Amino acid sequence: MELDDRQIKRYSRHIILEQIGGAGQQKLLESKVLIVGAGGLGSPAALYLAAAGVGTIGVIDADKVDLTNLQRQIIHHTEDVGTKKVVSAKNKMLAVNPDITVNTYQHWAMADNIREIIRDYDFVIDGTDNFPAKFLINDACYFEKVPFSHAGILRFEGQLMTVLPGETTCYRCVFNSPPPPGAVPSCSQAGVLGVLAGVIGSLQATEAVKYLLGIGELLTNELLTYSALTMDFRKITLKRNPNCPICGENPQITELKDEEQVECDLDNCEC
Amino acid sequence: MKLVVNGEDGDFNSGLTVSRLLIEKEIKMPEMVSVEINGQILKRNEFDQRTLEEGDKVEFLYFMGGGSGA
Repeated sequence: MELDDRQIKRYSRHIILEQIGGAGQQKLLESKVLIVGAGGLGSPAALYLAAAGVGTIGVIDADKVDLTNLQRQIIHHTEDVGTKKVVSAKNKMLAVNPDITVNTYQHWAMADNIREIIRDYDFVIDGTDNFPAKFLINDACYFEKVPFSHAGILRFEGQLMTVLPGETTCYRCVFNSPPPPGAVPSCSQAGVLGVLAGVIGSLQATEAVKYLLGIGELLTNELLTYSALTMDFRKITLKRNPNCPICGENPQITELKDEEQVECDLDNCEC
Repeated sequence: MKLVVNGEDGDFNSGLTVSRLLIEKEIKMPEMVSVEINGQILKRNEFDQRTLEEGDKVEFLYFMGGGSGA
C-alpha cells in the first residue's frame, strides 16, 4: 500500500520523523489496536490513535454516554448523552480521520467473548474501570500472546505498565488476584481528576504507537506512577514473578474465567 | 536501619517486619497493596514473618481500578 498525496500531507509530521518516515506511517495504517472501554482512558487513546492513522481500531463498551462521563471522557460530547459509547466514539474517530476502520463491540468484555476479539489485534489498550476486567484482559492477552497496556486512575493518581505476555512482568505478577470486597474504591465513589484520564490514556496510546513501530523502549518490567498533585512521575522496576498464577513456574490459571466484581465501602477504607 | 521506601530514604528500627512497616506508613488495609522488596514481589502470607534488612528497597504497589465508566 502506497501513501497517496493526501495521506502524505495528513501524516507529514510523522513522516518527517526519522524514526517513523513513510514506511513507519504505512506500518501504522496496516496495524490493529483494540481499546477495551470507551471511557476516561479510552477517549484520548482512541482519538490519538485515530489521528495517528492506526488503520484498524476496535472499541469494546456496553455502556451508553452519561452526563457524569463528560467531565473526563472527552470523546463523548454533550449531545451524545444517551448514545451508545461505541457509536459516539466511532463517530468522533472517523470525523478526526476517515482513513481508518473502526470496529465496534457493544458488549462487556467477558471470558466467553474476549479471546476471539483480541486475537485479531496487534495491541490492546486496557481502558476499563474494574478489576475483573483488568485481570481478564491480562489473562486473555497472555493466552493469545497479544501485548497490552494496563492502566488505572483514581483521585489524583494514575499508573500504567506495558506487558509482553510470557516475556515481561504481567499484571498478575504484581497483583496476584483482585482485592477483597471493600478494599478499593471506584472512581464513582472516590472521584477522579478529569485530566488525569487524559494524561494516562495518552501515555497508553504512546506505548501502542511505539510497539507498532518497534521504536524506543517500552514501559515493560516497570510500573510508571503519576501524581497530579505533586507532578511526580516515578518508575518502579518490576521483575517477572516465579509465583505468578498465570505466567509463573507453576501456573494455576490454565483457562480464561471471569473474576467477581468487588468494590469498596468507603466508610471502611482510607485509600 | 536505613531503608528506601517508595524511593525515599528513612530510618527504621531493626527487626522491622513488612506488616509493621505497613502500619508505620499508616496503610491500614494491606489488602490494598502489593509489596516489592529489592525487585521481588513478596507473597501476601509472608508480610508478618518477613523482616527487613539494612538497605532494603521497599515499594508499595497500589491497586488502582478506575479508567472507564461510571
